[in-house]
Amino acid sequence: MKAVNPMLATNDRHEDWVPLLGVAAREVFELMLGSQLTVPATAENANLDITSMVGLAGQVCGVLSVRCDGKAAALMTSRMLGVELDKVGPEMSDALGEVCNMVAGNFKNKIAGLAESCMLSPPTVITGNDYTLHSLANSPALEVRLLFEGMPIIISLLINS
Amino acid sequence: MNSIRALIVDDSSVMRKIVERSLRQAGIELKQVLEAGNGAEALSALQDNPVDLILCDINMPVMDGLEFLKQLSGVANAKGVPVVMITTEGSEAHVVQALSCGARGYIRKPFTADQVKEHVLPVLAGKS
Repeated sequence: MKAVNPMLATNDRHEDWVPLLGVAAREVFELMLGSQLTVPATAENANLDITSMVGLAGQVCGVLSVRCDGKAAALMTSRMLGVELDKVGPEMSDALGEVCNMVAGNFKNKIAGLAESCMLSPPTVITGNDYTLHSLANSPALEVRLLFEGMPIIISLLINS
Repeated sequence: MNSIRALIVDDSSVMRKIVERSLRQAGIELKQVLEAGNGAEALSALQDNPVDLILCDINMPVMDGLEFLKQLSGVANAKGVPVVMITTEGSEAHVVQALSCGARGYIRKPFTADQVKEHVLPVLAGKS
């Protein structure tokens, strides 16, 4: 999976990266979970109480997050491990962290120059939604809303450039 | 192909299971699978357990995959054992560095079982 647009590497218009976020997520879900992400008809504010985050440091600094609800998280874990849904246990956080890690890695690999100049942190997974994220980002979040097997997920990238 | 012993090194236990499943889906018969959460654990595991194939992540705590590759030459049990990297790090610089440190293959995450087959089978056959 090569960089799809070398011009984006030196482009300060981060909003141009939004489609790449979507592509990065779609590839991860297709290859690792056998699922085609779809675009929701409306942008509903569902109760997404599981947040997986990976920090970026280097040429681009920020936080990439994947948010979903518990049902979607359990299904993702089930697909990744190849186990029945009711057999999913504490490995759910690990699985969600890996999803976020792969989306972040796949995303930076698509922007020329970013793959080698931007490092990823280990993932962090938060359960619950009664929190406020105070990021040092100095630009609006880049956000992609998609459906995983009909369930909403939100991919966000907060950038401090 | 004979049944092999594999060592899978990744800080995610879920990813270790996915890699193992991908090996099986690739038609590789596994008679033993060892797991390690980082390079240091992998070096320790190799002291008492010879293997035929190592699949290794790069970004891991304690000891990353590149440092593991460098130290692997000092492990008697690991002489000539092929290492295939499986990682989110997709830059050419990382690939070159891994190959120069002794890796025989490089798979970028996300991956399919077919990609594992494509990269691992030639390595096991000594063609890479």
